[in-house]
Amino acid sequence: MTDSEDSIDITHLARLARLDVQDAALQDVQGELRNIIRMVDLMAAIDTTGVEPMSHPLAQAARLRSDEVTESVEREQFQAVAPETAEGYYLVPRVVE
Amino acid sequence: MHPLAELHELREGLRSGAFSSVELTHYYLRRIAEVNDKLNAFIHVDAEGALSQAAAADADRNTESGPLHGIPIAHKDIFCTAGLPTTCASRMLENFIAPYDATVVTHLKHSRVVLLGKTNMDEFAMGSSNENSHFGPVANPWDHSRVPGGSSGGSAAAVAAALTPAATGTDTGGSVRQPAAFCGITGFKPTYGRVSRYGMIAFASSLDQAGTLTRSVADAALLFAHMAGFDPRDSTSASQAEPWLDALRSAPPGACPKLRIGLPREYFAQLEDHTRIDALSAGLRAAGHELREVSLPHTDAAVAAYYVIAGAEASTNLSRYDGVRYGHRCDDPVDLEDLFRRSRSEGFGAEVKRRILTGTYALSVGYYDAYYLKAQKIRRLISADFSAAFEGVDVLLTPTAPGVAFAQNTLADPVAMYNQDIFTVPTSLAGLPALSVPIGLQDGLPVGAQLIAPAFAEDRLLALGLQLQQQTDWHQQIAEDVA
Repeated sequence: MTDSEDSIDITHLARLARLDVQDAALQDVQGELRNIIRMVDLMAAIDTTGVEPMSHPLAQAARLRSDEVTESVEREQFQAVAPETAEGYYLVPRVVE
Repeated sequence: MHPLAELHELREGLRSGAFSSVELTHYYLRRIAEVNDKLNAFIHVDAEGALSQAAAADADRNTESGPLHGIPIAHKDIFCTAGLPTTCASRMLENFIAPYDATVVTHLKHSRVVLLGKTNMDEFAMGSSNENSHFGPVANPWDHSRVPGGSSGGSAAAVAAALTPAATGTDTGGSVRQPAAFCGITGFKPTYGRVSRYGMIAFASSLDQAGTLTRSVADAALLFAHMAGFDPRDSTSASQAEPWLDALRSAPPGACPKLRIGLPREYFAQLEDHTRIDALSAGLRAAGHELREVSLPHTDAAVAAYYVIAGAEASTNLSRYDGVRYGHRCDDPVDLEDLFRRSRSEGFGAEVKRRILTGTYALSVGYYDAYYLKAQKIRRLISADFSAAFEGVDVLLTPTAPGVAFAQNTLADPVAMYNQDIFTVPTSLAGLPALSVPIGLQDGLPVGAQLIAPAFAEDRLLALGLQLQQQTDWHQQIAEDVA
């Protein structure tokens, strides 16, 4: 087991990913994730000295558009699929007591 | 009407008045009613909407009508369709009705296709077997105990079983090409950026590309030409104009010149059975093409780099599902954190959670350089491998998948499943166009070959694929559900 495999703290990762740490299935995931990380650790064997990272397949600069209004906000239509709304607002549990 | 009719035959039948679009639509709806229970290829069938679009297409048909006017198709359930469910095969979006159409959907509406419904898939396009759907697995029409491939497994099975003459799909690491190979049909993934991603639910944004699942290369070319084009709503949409692409909207690909075709030795070294691809190579030589071995030395690192990059992008993209604005929300959340965590844990399936956690790990403090940055550097090396190979050859020929369609419930180990993608992920990392064509049967199951071209040279792939299908009848072999 490498250092990285040993270091998988599934509870911490679940918190970062906003997944339920009580989820029983997460225990299986810990073992699976260890296997996945062991597989991706194969990358360490590749010499990448001086190689520029490639974040995107197209070598083009970000495109800009003119600053004009092109869309309108259809609030009622968008909120029709929301779990809970009131008076045009999205409702969530109370944040400030 | 014949279940194996290609789009140009349907077009001719509609144009000559041999049948109407309403009759054609009834025909496919009837086939769906008869066969879909066995295959589970469709998540949603819109019979009423399809018949009304067909009636409208019949009513205003004239001599100017385009080649797709009144022809039924299906969309993978990853494309937003205004007014129809768009679930991405996830419990998270089980009740989601998109308020707008994806650009692909809009383009095809303008071409007057009839939308039969939305096809099943692996949840959020994450999978190579279509076993990861909230709506249940899809069966392979050639053998119901086997997988159709994934993630566009519903689209592939639906076309193979003639429940629709053609379907859209998306390909992030092989999700059009591998199911096409497993189901014995033609799967086409254009160059990254060629088809708009607007309204296509995001999995890994630097890899996602829409494609086609069809009976033939001629059909792939036609459907592709009606989906592609610059879209200001997609920040990574490719902007160059292509006269050949405009021509494909109404005419098949042109004659194929003699090509230099490269066979990457790293791919063939990992292939289980060479019989079918050797037969294809012999046919290509006989057609006057020159075949030679080439090397893509970083192939073995592609699956690792792909699963780091795709996981990282997925964990970012899927952070939008929070139970607030749309999608699944848990019951009685006690606070905001509880709302986020339980909504996401209940809404996402096991594979989606694995990928989110893999991506979160790769992006987390202390691991970013070792995983995400390292994967991006390997991506550059893989892309450079292709560029070097294309200095000596015009097209690459590889197997599409290591073997034929595997039995359901046999690849329980995620890493074994990920390794199925070995021949398709390198092309995705480099953003190159690739075409999977059927090349015959092995033990009664279809085998596919993959043709890969340099970026934006789709015309070369389509011309070669068409020539191949004019000289062979592998694409006309029939699955069990059609026979």
